Amino acid sequence: MDKVLSAFEAISTIESGMTIGIGGWGSRRKPMSLIRELIKTDKTDFTLVSYGGPDVGMLCAAEKVKKLIFGFVTLETSPLEPHFRKARQEGKIDIMEIDEGMMNLGLTAAGMRLPFNVTRAGLGTDVLKLNPDIKTIRSPYSDETLVAMPAIPLDIALLHVHETDSLGNSFIFGPDSFFDEQFARAASRVIISSERIIQTEEINTEKTIWNRFERSLVSTIVEAKFGAHPTSAAPNYGFDKAHLEEYSNSIEPDSWKKYFDTFINIENTEYIHAVGGEEFISSLEVPVF
Amino acid sequence: MENFTLSELCICAASEAWRDDGEVLATGIGIIPRLAASLAKLTHSPELMMTDGEAYLVSEPVPVGRRGDYIPKIEGYMNYSRVFLNLWKGHRHAMTGPVQIDKYGQTNISFIGHNNNKPKAQLLGARGFPGNTINHSNSMFVPRHDRRSFVEGEVDMVSGLGYNPSRRMKGMREDFINLKIIVSNLAVLDFKGPDHQIRIKSLHPNVTLKEVQDNTGFELVIDSANITETPLPSDKQLSIIREFLDPENLREKALPDGR
Repeated sequence: MDKVLSAFEAISTIESGMTIGIGGWGSRRKPMSLIRELIKTDKTDFTLVSYGGPDVGMLCAAEKVKKLIFGFVTLETSPLEPHFRKARQEGKIDIMEIDEGMMNLGLTAAGMRLPFNVTRAGLGTDVLKLNPDIKTIRSPYSDETLVAMPAIPLDIALLHVHETDSLGNSFIFGPDSFFDEQFARAASRVIISSERIIQTEEINTEKTIWNRFERSLVSTIVEAKFGAHPTSAAPNYGFDKAHLEEYSNSIEPDSWKKYFDTFINIENTEYIHAVGGEEFISSLEVPVF
Repeated sequence: MENFTLSELCICAASEAWRDDGEVLATGIGIIPRLAASLAKLTHSPELMMTDGEAYLVSEPVPVGRRGDYIPKIEGYMNYSRVFLNLWKGHRHAMTGPVQIDKYGQTNISFIGHNNNKPKAQLLGARGFPGNTINHSNSMFVPRHDRRSFVEGEVDMVSGLGYNPSRRMKGMREDFINLKIIVSNLAVLDFKGPDHQIRIKSLHPNVTLKEVQDNTGFELVIDSANITETPLPSDKQLSIIREFLDPENLREKALPDGR
């Protein structure tokens, strides 16, 4: 059993109209090399589910997004995400805007093959008013009204990890693995990109505390050193503020086309060179908050 | 104000939000709220829990800005997943900076405008506001007290829950909702008016009642007999802020120039 494919092969299994969950958080540990590969295809009309950052913005700029399920989209280096804002303000995408915790619960429900998860989050707010599809339920034990957060099943989850073997025993070494596990469980198929591919023999008990989900959830593996750039992959490298700024400024059609030609419509090896090389990315300091 | 700045006054006033909260996670979003929470922990409420801003609990608040030689004093783990569990349990008091607040204490950080499909200005998104406000204590900081931030009618997108009776759903549990204070560049407000209406608690030095009311898009409860001047920072508070928590003076950039 060997799940390793090229980025092109892995991404070519994605069809237009699919629901795609993206791991990471804001500008942290986003599977950006997979996102760029996806943008290069002619597939479109995706429903995205994300604790959003430039992954969401870039797919919006490339006009790949039909609908976004989200609680926020931020670049972190600046609070707002300009490409996402533009798409919203031009009325180009459908949305389901929910509380961050509701997203966690919806993904968890899907991972347990349940129709919904109960929570109080959303009650009394516009989250319920603007999403008439999200229903409330009466507790059979106390008559309390609760939100029945619907499961968010994913066709695909895209995640970026630090290491994996070719079977999908994967490791995230950062201080926080965010909700990657929930995304993995909620998905029919999981494609992970990995900084490094290791031999199974290299895994020991010490390392397994960083193993966030079991390999049966992993369908496909793509090797992608620096695959999170321009987002961070702590402890290996921080986010690239200057690049994120250049990306943010590529908002008009001409400048976006230039960004697309320079950084997206190229091979991954060329990408690392285009953004300043391996040494430079390795030197990007992990941010403090 | 000769011996302290407005931002320092706001930090000290805002730190009062956490007094007597007990052992809860104190979260301050933005420079002033974060410094306020840090000050609370270093003065009257050492039992508060705080994070390093990422995934660890720290026994001493981490200074803002460049850390230099400072090494955070880690005492525990608090990744995002645990933050959700912590907040669903109610063991948290957050101070946030909403873009809009209305007379019910409802808050908005999602978007400006009335068309959800094409907002006039897209902001962050509702983030954790819906879950925070129905689960644990919340306070707010407003750097520019005006009618754009304290709006007439309801906020454009109710992200955070308040005390609006028309938003109550039958069977909805309300006893976890707890809005504490709003600190602005003009005054400190609380929710102790009749039916939790927003009340002026204290005025910052040289600010008049009229100035606060004129810059608020709804009627405030004015209980003149109980309005005080916002307590001035003590020397101890000032030295903690200036020498330890914010040596690079990031706090001064957090407020608009002048009034």
